[in-house]
Amino acid sequence: MSWILTLPLAIPVATAILAFLFRRQPAGRWISVAGSAALLAASVMLFVQTRDAGVLAGQMGGWAAPFGITLVADLLSAVMVLITGVIALAVSVYALADVDAAAERMGYHALFNVLIAGVAGAFLTGDLFNLYVWFEVMLIASFGLLVLRGGRAAIDGGVKYVALNLVSTILFLTGIGLIYGMTGTLNLADLSIAVEQADQGLLTVVAMAFMVAFGVKAALFPLFFWLPASYHTPHFAVSAVFAALLTKVGVYALIRMFTLVFDHDVGFTHTILLWVAVLTMITGVLGAAAQGDFRKILSFHIVSQIGYMVLGLALMTPLALVGAVFYLIHHIVVKANLFLIAGVAQRIAGSTQLKKIGGLYATAPLLAVLFIVPAFSLAGFPPLSGFWAKFLIVKASLEVEAWIVAAAALAVGLMTIYSMTKIWAAAFWSPHPEGREPVLTSLAPGERRALIWPIAGLAVITVAIGLAPDAFIAFAEDAAGQLLDPTVYVVAVLGEAR
Amino acid sequence: MEALLAITIGVVVAASVYLMLSGHMLRFIFGLVLISNAANLTIFVGGRMTEGAPPLIAKGADAPAGFVANALPQALVLTAIVIGFGLFAFAITLVWRAYTTIGTLQADEMRVAEPPSERT
Repeated sequence: MSWILTLPLAIPVATAILAFLFRRQPAGRWISVAGSAALLAASVMLFVQTRDAGVLAGQMGGWAAPFGITLVADLLSAVMVLITGVIALAVSVYALADVDAAAERMGYHALFNVLIAGVAGAFLTGDLFNLYVWFEVMLIASFGLLVLRGGRAAIDGGVKYVALNLVSTILFLTGIGLIYGMTGTLNLADLSIAVEQADQGLLTVVAMAFMVAFGVKAALFPLFFWLPASYHTPHFAVSAVFAALLTKVGVYALIRMFTLVFDHDVGFTHTILLWVAVLTMITGVLGAAAQGDFRKILSFHIVSQIGYMVLGLALMTPLALVGAVFYLIHHIVVKANLFLIAGVAQRIAGSTQLKKIGGLYATAPLLAVLFIVPAFSLAGFPPLSGFWAKFLIVKASLEVEAWIVAAAALAVGLMTIYSMTKIWAAAFWSPHPEGREPVLTSLAPGERRALIWPIAGLAVITVAIGLAPDAFIAFAEDAAGQLLDPTVYVVAVLGEAR
Repeated sequence: MEALLAITIGVVVAASVYLMLSGHMLRFIFGLVLISNAANLTIFVGGRMTEGAPPLIAKGADAPAGFVANALPQALVLTAIVIGFGLFAFAITLVWRAYTTIGTLQADEMRVAEPPSERT
């Protein structure tokens, strides 16, 4: 029993309870920061131990493997939990300045930590029904966070977000019922063995139910419409953590299920994923080109970037999976950072509508530099992290001679540059339409520190991944190796006997 | 018994899809409540309908003796019902808030977050 596996779940839940009790005092927000720091420390320990051991598994409640609930950390899970810790810390520091007292009194910090617990639980669980439960924990917390700001737009966006996510949840539950009826087990490691005896045609049907259910969560074409309808309405801290983690839990679930359990008919299922991924990339980037709001552009770019990650899964070659894992890590850091920057721009320049703001380059050069790093990384400029992520995916598609796919990936990269340039030109380069001179010093010193430090920290990570990609690619290779050959995972969960 | 329940699930799903596609948010929520019951029934049937003794393990034994009923689906369905109850309570409250702040529940008219006139 590895107690370290339970820490990334226990810490956020305990923090949430404490933060709820202290929601009326200023202590509440510092509890949230301290809890996130503790989570980061625990996830670093988990990461180091997983790195040494390969796969860590623990049986909850002392029930032996296929019967009880299993927590598993393979390299992919461990790195996802680690990056969750990083984002949680960055966003909870940012929230010190971004979230108003009214939202805090309604329990913002408690909901935030429940969300983080749900995300970490989804990454660590080795049981399909338990995955559903963690999805729900995450979902109900995200519902609360989304509508906490109030206002007509937040309610309207919230209705669409809630409605479509509930449909996906029910489809997920139906899929669980069907696969349980076919195999009699819900333990992921046990399932990966049990599906070999199942009716392969029926299994593909169930696989499609899971593909649609996780496709909604991951915002795949044509199931992504809830995302651009809602991500521009809540607090910026909420937007950032949603953009970084929620859709990525969907992508993680897709990667987990379609490498571990549903790898029986790769020619059929992964071909569908391939074209869905290409269409996701293209529709996302075209949607972004039509928008004129900082956060709406970024929201559509989440959709388009999800396409790249799923493309890596769909190609299902070792290099492509390396690309998918690398892309996940890179994207979470970059996308959270861009939303945090949008929040600062809105504060000092007065809006997120691009035609209503400007002049940030002349008067707030620090923010401009901090924007360039994630924006160019998203677009794939060398030597930033996004370049290596895109390079791996495109190289993987060229290797299997998927020329159209590679061409689409490159074209979408080009369109991403267009969108980032549009934000740069309107918000940073051109003068402010009302003649204002937005400066960072207009913020109170404490606020400024809370807003800028997380952005700077995430930018440093982006540059570090970009300048030293070897270590990250080597790690992604190990993680992808575990995904392609799940023997280690299965043995760690079920024991040597099988 | 399984065939009868399978047909029931089909009818419930058909009714709820009809409700969910009607374009009115309140009917959508009713459809969701219905379809979640269909999902719960699916799990229930997945555990097979059998006649068996209660799954009780005698003192000192590791497994129940003889043929017993499958207890797992009940546990799964119960969890799903509890979670679903919480989610629908939230969803209905949210729809009520939407009705009071936006003034309509017709899906086609709910365009506050994404106004149709917004162009660049």
